[in-house]
Amino acid sequence: MISIIDYGMGNLRSVSKALEHLGASYRFCTTGKDLAKADKVILPGVGAFGDAMKELKSRGFIGPLSDLISRKARLLGVCLGLQLLFEKSEENPGVKGLGIFKGSVKKFHSTNVKIPHMGWNDIKILKKHPLLAGIASGEYFYFVHSYCGKPSAKSLTLATCRYGREDFSAVVGQDHVFATQFHPEKSQAAGLRILKNFTRW
Amino acid sequence: MFARRIIPCLDVSEGRVVKGVKFVSLKDAGDPVSCAQAYDRQNADELVFLDITASHEKRRTMIEVAEKVAATIFIPFTVGGGINKIQDIRDLLRTGCDKVSINTSAINNPKFILEASKRFGSQCIVVAIDAKHEGKNQWGVYTHGGRHPAGLDALAWAKRAAKLGAGEILLTSMDCDGTKNGYDLELTRRVSESVKIPVIASGGVGTLDHIYQGFTKGKADACLAASIFHFGEFTIPQTKSYLRAKGIPVRL
Repeated sequence: MISIIDYGMGNLRSVSKALEHLGASYRFCTTGKDLAKADKVILPGVGAFGDAMKELKSRGFIGPLSDLISRKARLLGVCLGLQLLFEKSEENPGVKGLGIFKGSVKKFHSTNVKIPHMGWNDIKILKKHPLLAGIASGEYFYFVHSYCGKPSAKSLTLATCRYGREDFSAVVGQDHVFATQFHPEKSQAAGLRILKNFTRW
Repeated sequence: MFARRIIPCLDVSEGRVVKGVKFVSLKDAGDPVSCAQAYDRQNADELVFLDITASHEKRRTMIEVAEKVAATIFIPFTVGGGINKIQDIRDLLRTGCDKVSINTSAINNPKFILEASKRFGSQCIVVAIDAKHEGKNQWGVYTHGGRHPAGLDALAWAKRAAKLGAGEILLTSMDCDGTKNGYDLELTRRVSESVKIPVIASGGVGTLDHIYQGFTKGKADACLAASIFHFGEFTIPQTKSYLRAKGIPVRL
């Protein structure tokens, strides 16, 4: 059973429809209490960092999310869900993130490209991971974002992507936490493969 | 490498695809879900559904269509047409639809862009602009399929929409739409260069070179086309191979 965190930010239906397509069972969690026994959790999300943290807090998700980490439940962050795992973001300075990944979220610094980075881009895999099984470097995924996560330790970046003159972290992972800046649920077969890998992780 | 996007557009009325989509391979070319699947198999980068249902009561059918599309294809898709209220956007996003395109309602009430983008995020708010040439380097914004002037300058409106929180501009040249003579490249370039957000070129594609021009001379971030794909004149893979051979990065 996969628990999808519903904190009122963005489009949960595309994630759940992809899971349905894969034949995986899931449920939506609207408060932190719902995560008490969860062993596989997806943190999706679109929108602003500050708003999202506020919603997570008001629905009591902060404590249960750090419990997840200590009891080694599997966590998949998607898009804003990746960014929230960091300590802070340039999008809303002063707002504390979940701090599961050491590092911060920064704005793209290339000036010669359109923001948001919206569309299909290919990734370069730096490290093997069970969730990247069957995915090769050069595979395309669908991105929509204006900020990107910068882990303090380079070893956390599992795959990068190039936009303008900048290589940013497209996939970040540590222990039982795995997060993609792209939307696997909107990235055709390659994206579904990652979700399938998550169901088996 | 970051790929330029190719986006087929389907006009839907009362839940059926109109304007004669003629996929040779499809049993029911009027079924939007079958069409969406066909384009998904061809590796279209995104899809746009334009709901042209005239009757307000039958608008709900688009929700059902979006629901089915979201359950079967896993690429981003946009729904536009007749979206006036925050509730309309919420209803569509709840189906699994990724973006909504707003046009007249944004012109009548620009704050709608601000409100919608704050509520749902800029990434899902596309502002559609129908522009018509009105003099040297001047384009006016029109509504009702190019019949009513909105009294706005297209460039100024695009900039304002971006400032209000639009995540993308879908720019259609009313002069070129349906002509098959190519996009209005001057309009497209000027709008694309004046905003930081992506611009989708639309209206006028008849050949693959038109799409190439849209990306090069028009500086478009994505190119939308309808009839050349619907009638099977060109497939998406053919289009992408053509573009790649000419040096445009695409996702094959």
